[in-house]
Amino acid sequence: MEETLTFITLTLAATLRVATPLVLCAMGGLFSEKSGIIDVGLEGKMLMAAFFAAATASLTGSAWAGVVAAIVAAEALALLHGFACITHRGNQVVSGIALNILAAGLTVVLGTAWFARGGQTPPLGDGERLKPIFFPVAGDNVLVYVALLSVPFTWWLIARTRFGLRLRAVGEMPLAVDAAGVSVAWLRYRAVLLCGLFSGLAGAYLSIAQNAGFSRDMTAGQGFIALAAIIFGKWRPFPAFGACLVFGLLDAVAIRLQGVKVPGVGEVPVQLIQALPYLLTLFLLAGFIGNAVAPKAAGVPYEKEH
Amino acid sequence: MQSLTAAAAAIELRGIDKSFGAVHAVRGVSLAIPRGSITGIVGENGAGKSTLMSILYGLYRADAGQILIDDRPVDMASPRDAIAHGIGMVHQHFMLVDTFTVLENLMLGAEGGPLLAGGFAAARAELARLGREYGLSVDPDARVADLSVGEQQRVEILKVLFRGARMLILDEPSAVLTPQETDRLFEILKSLRARGVTVVLITHKLREIMAVADRVIVMRQGAVVAERLTVETSTGELAELMVGRKIRLDLDKAPAERGQTMLAARGLSLVDRRGVRLLDGIDLELRAGEIVGIAGVSGNGQTELLQVLSGIRPPTAGQVEVCGRVIDPARPIDPAEMRALGLAHVPEDRLRQGLVAAFEASETSILGYQDQPPYCRNHLLDAPAVGRHCADLMQRFDVRPQTPGLRSSHFSGGNQQKLILAREMSRIPKVLLVGQPTRGVDIGAIEFIHRELVKSRDAGCAILVVSVELEEILSLADRILVMSGGRIIGEVAADQADERALGRMMADA
Repeated sequence: MEETLTFITLTLAATLRVATPLVLCAMGGLFSEKSGIIDVGLEGKMLMAAFFAAATASLTGSAWAGVVAAIVAAEALALLHGFACITHRGNQVVSGIALNILAAGLTVVLGTAWFARGGQTPPLGDGERLKPIFFPVAGDNVLVYVALLSVPFTWWLIARTRFGLRLRAVGEMPLAVDAAGVSVAWLRYRAVLLCGLFSGLAGAYLSIAQNAGFSRDMTAGQGFIALAAIIFGKWRPFPAFGACLVFGLLDAVAIRLQGVKVPGVGEVPVQLIQALPYLLTLFLLAGFIGNAVAPKAAGVPYEKEH
Repeated sequence: MQSLTAAAAAIELRGIDKSFGAVHAVRGVSLAIPRGSITGIVGENGAGKSTLMSILYGLYRADAGQILIDDRPVDMASPRDAIAHGIGMVHQHFMLVDTFTVLENLMLGAEGGPLLAGGFAAARAELARLGREYGLSVDPDARVADLSVGEQQRVEILKVLFRGARMLILDEPSAVLTPQETDRLFEILKSLRARGVTVVLITHKLREIMAVADRVIVMRQGAVVAERLTVETSTGELAELMVGRKIRLDLDKAPAERGQTMLAARGLSLVDRRGVRLLDGIDLELRAGEIVGIAGVSGNGQTELLQVLSGIRPPTAGQVEVCGRVIDPARPIDPAEMRALGLAHVPEDRLRQGLVAAFEASETSILGYQDQPPYCRNHLLDAPAVGRHCADLMQRFDVRPQTPGLRSSHFSGGNQQKLILAREMSRIPKVLLVGQPTRGVDIGAIEFIHRELVKSRDAGCAILVVSVELEEILSLADRILVMSGGRIIGEVAADQADERALGRMMADA
């Protein structure tokens, strides 16, 4: 009994730890997607942020400097995405993929050049990381609470404010926003910047809170999982949060199940367990979300007709 | 002329000029619109009326010229400026967010503060007041997607009034309305005028101008060619001014000589994946040598009927018999096979289904027939033959410019339509299905297209015309079927039909 309780508690804590970057990333992506800018570059932004967070924390010895650097790095990519997709009406998916490739390459190149550790940053000491606040075992650092608060904040901003109303409108019908005398481009830039902010925090969490340093490709597809969570949540903050928790739980259970013999099946291969979140993504995307409810103008560059 | 502009002008334009690349869309237009009047601006497609109003509303910047509001020169850099000067615009395609409620749409851009809560209450009260004052009642909490087109238009007008507009521009407001809804709209416009609102109405429907406007401005090729008081002019005179020559609005044609049945549908039904019944037991017969018109408010199954009859979608129940071949759910057909049977189809949506915008005109001219001689030999296209074929079609159907190498998208709507009609008619089909033959086509081309359709009918072709323009159905068809809710709810012989009665049938159901 005691053991089961401990198992559950630890699994839930692990769920929250794993879900935190997903939640932050998903909330960021939600702003972007709601405004009609598809963001498959969440992964790249998070990776870049993770690298600069660890690099800066390592060089300055300050975790907070790392957080700031992460945000700046993610915002730089976000602006690049905005410049390509909003100002120059480029293809949003192509731009996003390009950012991912850029981030994957640049982090390794810079890491190797600066630290000569095969793309890794030096291990961070305790003072250079964000540490748990109340429960050392649970790993409840400040970004976990930020992630939890980001969900009602996102909901409130989108549902209850002028900015949110316009944001929803610009993702559905940018012409209506333009005709109302509101700048489509500025609205979308703000959305993309919010996305940069949140994916920056997600990246910082990975390298200076959850782990003690950056290692190459450490995001490992979590940006895409966040994107999937947005879709499962039908572009709504709380359901997307729920999807992130489900993914987090799967991941946490996967870690717990390693080496455990399941009755009748035997030991489940680690690889299969690790593949579960991705299999679930495919499975759900293929048929369980029902009709698409994506913002109607998502992916469509806004051009005034002539 | 002087007497027409003597009243205090709410809006004055001086020497407005605008070019898009090589196209000189507006040429030195000067005009004045008196306060508290309804002014109509008429002209063919491409005459520059919409461009002119877009300049007034700040969507485009004029290359030269001046805009005066209440006798003061103003700079219209964006719609925001126009709104600030009390100008509102109701666009032909509604600028509404479908997923929003009426209230949310109303507030967009005029929220009254960074938080919505306070604005909502104020907007609700204002909406109720506007509803009372102008007879514009709409449920504030209804989702726009659930409203009828007429109601959506009311929301557009409310949006403009909510922003405190004193000048209202409406672009082709009746294009999507039933005659009854149009009458309703005109009552609203008159009540707006009575309260001192200045209304500008852009349209090509002359009868409506005569019914509601005080004054009318005629544009042709980017310039103002005439200004009249409606009481002193007639639709005939206006039509002549618009095209610059005398045209006939009525088609005179001999009575149909009906031959044998070419196409027959029995109990035709179509249910989509969500279980929505789009077509419901359609019975229809089309004989050689007649034109059957399908009238109805758009979205009542006409599009789907054309899709099923042309072989694009198989029916879910019932059958169609075309030139001896039976098509039913068990024996579907594809459009190519349909074409081989002698059925030609001019789709409603010419940009998506009639042509490929990026293709050259010559390629458009063989689309669907590209695998047939003489265009194709040994699986290779014979470009010179295609070019000659296109040049020939362009000449016979007066497509301008007569340049087979020009991209299809660079032709005007009317010329694209003529090219598509030419393509389909040149194969001398036994059955011709035509969706919206003259949508977005100017008056000169409408006349031409109508005459060609009648010529084809007289040569023995069985023609089915689907159109939301009642006038068109009335002048073309020998028999008229009225569609509503996926069903045919009535049939009228064309010589016994009138617009009112048809409109009532369309609006019923």
